[in-house]
Formats: sequence, C-alpha cells, structure tokens
Amino acid sequence: MVPLSWYIVLSAVMFCIGVFGFLARRNLLIIFISIELMLNSVNISLVAFSHYLQSMTGQILVFFVIAVAAAEAAIGLAIIIAYYKNNPTIKVDEINLLKG
Amino acid sequence: MHVVFVYKTTTMPGTYIPSDYLSVAVIIIFAALIGLGAIAAGLLVRPRRPYARKLMPYESGNPPVGEPRYRFSVKFYIVAMLFVVFDVEAVFLYPWAVAYDKLGIFGFVEMMLFIFILLIGYIYVWKKGAFNWE
Amino acid sequence: MEMETTISLLDIRPIIPELTLICVGLILILLDLIVKKKEIVAVVGIAGTLVALFGTYKLYGFYEPQVAFGGMFVLDGYANFFKLIFFLNIILTICISMKYMKIEKASFGEYYSLLMFSTTGMMIMASAADLIVLYLGLELMALSTYILVGLMRKKPRSNEAAIKYFFLGAFSSAFLLYGISLTYGLTGTTSLSGIAESLNALNIIGSPITYLGLIFMIVAFGFKIALVPFHMWAPDVYEGAPTSITAFMSVGPKAAGFAVLGRVLFDAFPAMQGQWASILIPMAVLTMAAGSIIALAQTNIKRMLAYSSIAHAGYMLLGIIAGTHEGLTSMVNYLMIYLFMNIGAFAIVIMLRREGFQGEDLEDYMGLSKSHPLASFLMLIFMFSLAGIPPTAGFIGKFYVFMEVINAGYVYLAIIAVVFSVISAFFYLRIVMYMYMKDPKQEVTLTTSPTMSIALAITAMMILIFGIFPSILLNLVRYSILG
Repeated sequence: MVPLSWYIVLSAVMFCIGVFGFLARRNLLIIFISIELMLNSVNISLVAFSHYLQSMTGQILVFFVIAVAAAEAAIGLAIIIAYYKNNPTIKVDEINLLKG
Repeated sequence: MHVVFVYKTTTMPGTYIPSDYLSVAVIIIFAALIGLGAIAAGLLVRPRRPYARKLMPYESGNPPVGEPRYRFSVKFYIVAMLFVVFDVEAVFLYPWAVAYDKLGIFGFVEMMLFIFILLIGYIYVWKKGAFNWE
Repeated sequence: MEMETTISLLDIRPIIPELTLICVGLILILLDLIVKKKEIVAVVGIAGTLVALFGTYKLYGFYEPQVAFGGMFVLDGYANFFKLIFFLNIILTICISMKYMKIEKASFGEYYSLLMFSTTGMMIMASAADLIVLYLGLELMALSTYILVGLMRKKPRSNEAAIKYFFLGAFSSAFLLYGISLTYGLTGTTSLSGIAESLNALNIIGSPITYLGLIFMIVAFGFKIALVPFHMWAPDVYEGAPTSITAFMSVGPKAAGFAVLGRVLFDAFPAMQGQWASILIPMAVLTMAAGSIIALAQTNIKRMLAYSSIAHAGYMLLGIIAGTHEGLTSMVNYLMIYLFMNIGAFAIVIMLRREGFQGEDLEDYMGLSKSHPLASFLMLIFMFSLAGIPPTAGFIGKFYVFMEVINAGYVYLAIIAVVFSVISAFFYLRIVMYMYMKDPKQEVTLTTSPTMSIALAITAMMILIFGIFPSILLNLVRYSILG
C-alpha cells in the first residue's frame, strides 16, 4: 500500500526539479524538457488524488494535460526551429536582442 | 450544480495490494529469462572467429556509410511532430468508444465534430505540402 | 453532492458563439488554401465574427444565466460582457492588420484563423465554471497566441519574442496546473462552485495547502495579465511581436486573464477574500509603480505602451481587490475603455510603419502634427485617454475603479493609484509634446487603408462618447454583472 503522501512528495519534488531546471539551465531544449517534467509531476499528483478520492475528474484532466502538452511540444519545437534558422544558437544567454 | 464523475474500482483505497501486479512480474521475469537464455545458448554453441569485417556495425549487410552521429534533416522532425499531434489526439477516441452507449447521440455528434476538426487540420497539412519529401 | 448528469444536444446552445468562431477559423484555413488575396480571408473573418457576435447577442440577457455540460460552462452577463470585449478586440485587430501584415511580408491566411482560435479560447475562459474548462480555454488562447507572436518567421526579433512568450507561458500554465491539482486534491472537485462549497463544508479555509493552491493559480493568471513580478516577458514580447498582434494581445489575453481571475476568486474562493486581497494588494502597487516608472525611460513606443499596459493592469486589479461586485463592474468597465484606447494607440503606431521604415522610435513622432494633423489629433485623444485626462473615457474608467476601491475601504490604494497615474501622464504627454511642439526630424508618411480608418474612427469616437456620456457604458456593464 503506497500512501498518498508519497505520491504528493514525489510530485512536489519533480515539480521543483522542473522549476530548477527551467531557471538554471541554459539550453532551450533542456528548459523545454523541464517544463514537460513539471507537467508530468502534476499528472502524477492528479492521478494519485483521483485514485484516493475515487473521483474520475482528476484523470480526465490528466488526459487533457497530455493532449495539450503534445500540442505545446509541437508548437514549442516549431518556434525553436524557426529561431534556429535565423540565429544558429539555442543557448539562452545569447538570446538577447530584445531588452531595455 | 456540477458534475462529479463517479469512478469505481474493485480495490478501495486502503485495501490496495500490490499482488495484483504479481502476474505482470511473472511475465517480466519469464520474458527476461527467455531473452537471456537465447543469448546464452548462442554464446555457448557458436564458434568465435572474429575479424575486422565481421566486427563492423551491421547495416543491412552493406558497408557502413559515414558516422552514426550526424544531424538529421528537419524533415524528420516535421513528420514526427505531425505524428505526435495526430496520435495523441486520437487518445480521446478510446474513452468515447468505451462509454459510447451511455453518451448516445450527443457523444456521437461531438466525436464526429472532433474528427472533422482533425480532418481539416489534416487537409491543411497536406495542402501545405508538409508530407512532401521533395 | 454526487449526481449523474446526462448531457444532451441542447447543451450545445450556449456554446453556439464559440462553435461559430471555430467554424469560421476552419473555413478561413480552407479558404486560405484556395484564394490568393488574403484580404478576402480577412473580410470573411470579420463577417464570421459578426455572425458569432449576433449569436451572443441573441443568447444574451433575456434568460437567466444558462448552464451547460453539467455546470462546467456558464453563460451569464459577466461572461457575455467579456465576450463582447473579445469580439470588438478581434474585429478591430483584423481592421488594423490587413495592410500592416502585407508590409511585414507576413500576410498569411493562418493569421486570421489563429486570431479566431485564440478568441475562442478567451471566450471559453470567460464562460468557464470548472477548472478543466478554464485550463483548456487558456491553452487554446495561449497556443494560438504563441504562433501569432512568432508569425514573422524571417525576423529574429519576432522569433525571440515567440520563444520568450512560449517558455514563460508554458511555465506559468504548469503553475496553474499544480494549483488546480492541489485544490482538487483538497476539495475533491474542479467545479468552481463545488470548491467554494467544499472549502466551507470541510472547514479547510485556513489550510496552508489551500493557500498554496490559490497562490499558484494567482501566479499563473498574473503571468497572463502581466502583473509585477510576473511581467518580465511583456515588454520584450510586445516589442518583438507584429504590432497588430501586440495590440491584440495587450487587450485579449489580458482581459481573459482578468475574467478568470475574477471568476475563480469570486466563485471558488469567496471565503478567502482576506487572503487573496493580501496577495493582490502588493502586486497591484508594484504593477502600477513598475509600469509607470519604467515606461518613463523607454525610447521605443511599443515598449513604452507595453509598460503602460502593465500599469493599466495594476489599476484594473484594484477593481478585483475591492472584492465587491461593484468593484468587478468597475474593472470590466475599465477593460472595455482600455480596449478602445489601447488599440487606437497601436493603430497609429502601425500607420507609421511602411516599407523600409520601422516607425517605432518616439523621435519618429516629432512634428507629426505639421504633416498629419488628423492622425496627431487622434493620437492626442488616445494618449489623453491612457493618461486619464477628462473628458476622455480613460478618466471615467479610472474614476470608477478608484471610487469602488475607496468604497471598499482601501483609501490608501486609491491615493497610490492617483500618484502613479500622475507619473504616467508624463510619458503619455511626452508623445503629445513631441507631436505638437517639436520640429520634424524627417519626413514621415503614413500608411492608410479604409479598414484602418474605420478602426480609428470607431476607437476615437467610443473614447469620446464614453468620456462624455459615461452612463451608456456603465449601465450596460451594471446590467450585465449586477443584473
């Protein structure tokens, strides 16, 4: 029997790793993966809650999150490729055209 | 007024026992044993006479052309991306199919709308030439 | 609490406007494949939007608030008024962008259908009575807007803006999801009214986890609205995006963000008003301060308007902080006025853009009144309105928000807001000063088109009408929200 708190802690830890990766890493693709990690941590907690509450809603939301994440991945990668075609770098520090 | 989706499982929280997964574990162990056994049997039986040509990476019997690590064309990415999007959206068909008799005509109309929207996306992608390899 | 709900075909009726817009978007995609002239796509887009607007009008106000899909979707006066804002936003955006996108060599038919999809997302957000629907609407809006920002594929600035907007947007929606999951875990439901019931029934109003879930959601909405400290993306994205999209997204997603913020806080967390007000008050003060002060230092007009829109978000937030339905009314009233003055100002910015001339520097406005008196006068109206100088509508908007926040007992907030609004007058009036009191540095020719003239006429007229007869708009808003 796995207690609910384990899932919640796992999800919180994964979310924090994702946030850390987003803020600390300098490669766009790694940052992108960090965001996916955050979304999946949310999925874990939603499924865990859904099981323990015996309510389907959480799992329905997980379905939508997965579908939206796929669309998001497609759009995000397309944007990165469009960027890469003009300036061949995916290092965040070199993305500095706009500032003020 | 709001919907609560009721969800019933045979195991209630608190009575959940991992033994449900025993059969899965047995299958995993057997699969691993069969695979390892086959490799082990090959190692024991076959003669070992290596030479340079034999040690080359296997590429359908042809000599390898270039390094294994090189950049892939962005065309692969477009195909993969389209696959991911259409594939993941198809996931919504499963719950609908399972609950088809309960949802009735409403579910049918909704799902046809959904597929219709996907279809228009498909036509768009097609006409834009994303499937052309050039 | 648990009940079986059957969903029938009749549930489709309240979402007819959304369905119409989706259909229009799909038609535009297919039309784009057939026709060469993108103006046709744009005109069909405007026509389709008007049909959807008519649908909203038909469904509007004559009935009790309508609920569909087992309470997940609600069509009430609040949602309807926001939908009116979104419709006007998209129509005015199409009007000002037809010529402009051609100059930018980004005249794609997808542009118009993405505008439709994005607007549909906003409408779903305004009508969401359930966190799942809210999330889906938000993502539909956001995903379409990411593409729109990066639409000028050949321009590095547009690419960079899209990257920044995409990453911060995705980051913020992960926060929203985490907040939703915590709230769901505590209350066992994602329905807004259900959350409010459960919070009371389970007596977990003071629980730190509830608080955490609320904070995460406010963070996510704060990103969309560009509240300080979650505003970092706004100036860069506003500068890099195509100007017409800057106009679109400085109104649409912001209004949608306010719609869900108001809905979630008032419907799901009414019992925690003290808590969320204590989070929002410092954010509002910082937002007004950062927006007004940093804008003073800008030399690019799109960046300046970006900071100005941040400051305006701060004023609007006061309406929510007031915590009353009258406060909400004043916020919605402000949003409607902000729509006209902001899009009007961006329309003038777009007119300065022509082949080989960016027209984004403040210095390009020097002496504009000598060569183009009418355009300068319109810009003067928009700047006066943004600064909140009577008799323009901007003054009325600010006045009602400040009045409601005083009525709710936050006199000091109103004083702070007035101070920052005076500071912000400096940079708005600087443009007026450049136009009327400086000598032109170079010859500036304006790019005009019939649709642009229509958009300018509508925005300027509305600002003056609402400024002189404020009761017209105010009665409509009151009727929508207070019933």
